Amino acid sequence: MYAFDIERPSSVSEAVEALKNEEAQALSGGQTLIPTLKQRLAAPEKLISLTGISDMKGICEGAGGSVCIGGATTHGEVAEGASAYPALAELASHIGDPAVRNRGTIGGSLANNDPSACYPAAALGSGALIVTNTREIAADDYFEGMFSTALDEGEIITEVRFPVPECANYQKFVQPASRFALVAVFVAKYADGVRVAVTGASEDGVFRWTDAEQALNADFSVDALENLKCSEEGMIEDMHGSAAYRAHLVKVMTKRSVGAC
Amino acid sequence: MTKVSMSVNGRAVSGETEGRTLLSQFLREELNLTGTHIGCDTSQCGACVVHVDGKAVKSCTMFAAEAEGADVMTIEGMANTDGSLGMIQQAFQDHHGLQCGFCTPGMVMSAADLLKNNPKPTETEVRAYLEGNICRCTGYHNIVKAIMAASGQDVTIAAE
Repeated sequence: MYAFDIERPSSVSEAVEALKNEEAQALSGGQTLIPTLKQRLAAPEKLISLTGISDMKGICEGAGGSVCIGGATTHGEVAEGASAYPALAELASHIGDPAVRNRGTIGGSLANNDPSACYPAAALGSGALIVTNTREIAADDYFEGMFSTALDEGEIITEVRFPVPECANYQKFVQPASRFALVAVFVAKYADGVRVAVTGASEDGVFRWTDAEQALNADFSVDALENLKCSEEGMIEDMHGSAAYRAHLVKVMTKRSVGAC
Repeated sequence: MTKVSMSVNGRAVSGETEGRTLLSQFLREELNLTGTHIGCDTSQCGACVVHVDGKAVKSCTMFAAEAEGADVMTIEGMANTDGSLGMIQQAFQDHHGLQCGFCTPGMVMSAADLLKNNPKPTETEVRAYLEGNICRCTGYHNIVKAIMAASGQDVTIAAE
């Protein structure tokens, strides 16, 4: 690693102030950023650790049947504490491994927007609200492609608000070495419609499979998906799977999600 | 350099660190607690697992500065006060839960974390909990046996 300094502010406003330094970068659980630093793929002069900010930790049940999760809440805490949204708790309980889940955070995962990460699928699939120190961003406007988001420089995710659906399910086809999703699908059924979010598959990162949403809005059943085909255009193609294989998996995992919902 | 202070195995310690000093490095190089092993240094293998404020973490993927004020427990803290092996360590010895032993500190720390939250895990739960701990010698069976024994359960396990 290149050398850098670490600051550990105890409030959001202190962190925002510290991040005004152009050479500073936010550090949450570090389960992606620290390996990246070790490979010298990033060289910030200063890291601003967000894990000492108690206001950004914890889970609460908000108005109108929603679950709010502080940006610095770990995957392990969500797995244990988000019982009001079981599919979300279940998703969190299968990210990485137990020790990684005790450090990695929801805000860090969403800010990084890894194209194979789990949380982007939950946020987009639930139509969650990404709350930052300056504004609220709808999930539909937040994800802007692989490792790219609507966040501005120095903007911090302080909370994520999930509306709780009538039913939801997440199915992950695991890449066996990395444990990331080779393809995973989050299906959530709300009173005003079904949302289907896919991670791991597309070169543009997480996306909504709108054909499946339309079919499921008309008939929420596995059979409703039978005649659909997910396009392989823009799918990731690598040593772990071809674009056609990933497109095929999108349908398989969507059917499993609906079947388990 | 910044001064960090924490409690390690019940003892108050402090030392000078750089921002980039990893917790694993601080434990091994500043405190000479070399029981915490660095296997892969890429967050995969789990040989460096320690407990920070009661939770298992990979000490190679956390900065020492982030453990300021924390309660850290390492493999050196797992022995009984008279120096004899702790219950989980003893079970690893009794059931030959190690061959080269390099992964063992992390295995024991992960096992302790599991048993604290789930005192009577099933074999499937033990195997799932060890997802982030890699052993290249044993094939895991004897490790699972040792953890089942440490939880006071039958050690007859089904091979997967």
